[in-house]
Amino acid sequence: MVTAQAHMYALADCNNFYASCERVFEPHLEKKPVVVLSNNDGCIIARSQEAKNAGFKMGEPIFKCRDRVKQHNVIVRSSNFSLYGDMSRRVMQTIRLFSPDVEVYSIDEAFIQLDGLLGRDFEQEMRNMRAAVLQWTGIPISIGIGKTKTLAKLANHYAKKTPGIGGVAKIPQNPSAMLREVEVGDIWGIGRRWSEKLRNIGVKTALDLSQMEPTVIKNTFNIVAMKTAMELRGCTYFRLEQTPDQRKTLLRSRSFAKPVTAWQELSEAIASHATRAAEKLRNEELVASILKVFFHTSLFNSRTPRHSAYTTVELIPPTNTTHTIIKAALDAAHPMWKAGFEYKRAGVYLQELLKGHVQASLFDSPEEKARDKRMMLVLDAVNTSMGVGTLHFAATGFTKVMQMRQLQRSPCYTTRWDELPRVIA
Amino acid sequence: MVEELRLPLIGSRVEAGFPSPADDFIERSLDLNEELVANPIATFFVRASGHSMDGAGIHDGDLLIVDRSRTPTSGNIVVAVVDGGLTVKRLAKHGMKASLLSEPSGEDHGAYKPIEITIEIDVTIWGVVTWSLHRLTCTP
Repeated sequence: MVTAQAHMYALADCNNFYASCERVFEPHLEKKPVVVLSNNDGCIIARSQEAKNAGFKMGEPIFKCRDRVKQHNVIVRSSNFSLYGDMSRRVMQTIRLFSPDVEVYSIDEAFIQLDGLLGRDFEQEMRNMRAAVLQWTGIPISIGIGKTKTLAKLANHYAKKTPGIGGVAKIPQNPSAMLREVEVGDIWGIGRRWSEKLRNIGVKTALDLSQMEPTVIKNTFNIVAMKTAMELRGCTYFRLEQTPDQRKTLLRSRSFAKPVTAWQELSEAIASHATRAAEKLRNEELVASILKVFFHTSLFNSRTPRHSAYTTVELIPPTNTTHTIIKAALDAAHPMWKAGFEYKRAGVYLQELLKGHVQASLFDSPEEKARDKRMMLVLDAVNTSMGVGTLHFAATGFTKVMQMRQLQRSPCYTTRWDELPRVIA
Repeated sequence: MVEELRLPLIGSRVEAGFPSPADDFIERSLDLNEELVANPIATFFVRASGHSMDGAGIHDGDLLIVDRSRTPTSGNIVVAVVDGGLTVKRLAKHGMKASLLSEPSGEDHGAYKPIEITIEIDVTIWGVVTWSLHRLTCTP
């Protein structure tokens, strides 16, 4: 809803977060190009500024840029989510000390409502917060401040791009000049498809979009685009926990370290992905209505026979229960599996995610559902306290094809006693 | 962060029929975190390696508790970044100058030179060491 009361939001975003985490405990990586690879060491998922400058792209398969890695002396790290997760927690907790109204938007981003700081110098407060996060955790952050979340996000973008302003930027009283500098494609919630369409009708910058007639935007695009445009004018439509890009899908997939041919191994991989996906759903209090399962052979290797399988199943009722999703995934995948192919990748894709509650159905009893829910609570609690995968369904197997290839993972400096940082005395 | 270790402050057997009067004085159990970790968000554990700080009670293999939220002052034991590596030393400030001092045990004196902190040498303070935990048994 629109509110007449004026609000103020900030978006804090960690700079090159994964690379920054690595640098806290290995300061010799400072000022050097660092890239972090996806699970299984497949693609680049994070880059230090130096690596960005050297032309390394997000999602680039690492085997395709071995030469450039050598040429620029790039430091390559496997992803270390135990470390990044713990550092993220510390950053977010530090931020909460400055304002209790915080929405953790992703592992390295948080929206902060500043209404509680009314009467104080927002910019100075955020500079203090930035300094505290840097000193306490070692992680540099950029902060954007604006009357709406969309404007805060935009200011953040500006703070990151503009050297010499100390990582904090506030949307000025008259924002036209700043809005003119921002392309529509860079506005939060405006995807690639929309920005193309907008450019075709002459709307090129954030300023252009903010000056469009709201009803025209609503009729040409939808209500979310209209809200985004109104947010650029300073009208609050998205409060904390409300975003124009709420999660609608969930993908869990990974390349195998070695090609997989047997159904047993393939099914274990699919079951593992289903398990991770179900955990994520429960964690975000979502249920899924549609499940897609896929697996395929290498897309790069043309010498071995190719096979790509993909199917969709409706989950009735929508669910987030691990064994229901495993069973549906395996039942759908088994008929598609063919002997003799070297499968390189498998995954599950959940769509039509709904908030929280599960629709009642004629086919399952309340007792059964209560039992499932209790079982999931125990499962999640054990896996949280004793490590991911401590308790798992037999279908996910014991053969460990899914063991991630992580040749260059840094130690879990903050979460394992036997991997603490060493300091020279 | 440290796993919680709960030690009962007062324990008494429950006698049938007559509860011990001491039970009224049980408040809570002790958590070492409360004593050792002032600011959990900014606290990190590191492992010391080497003998240059033996004289300061930091031995090879000791567990150090480092608080990054404390402002380092002269005389503090600090973890510092020297030449891109983490090292533990005593910080000494004198006027506008500062240096990092080793503190080996008696016979090693003179084996370690002080590190002057100047503009040319890239030194930053990583955090202040608040505790050194030294194991006195051979096995856990």
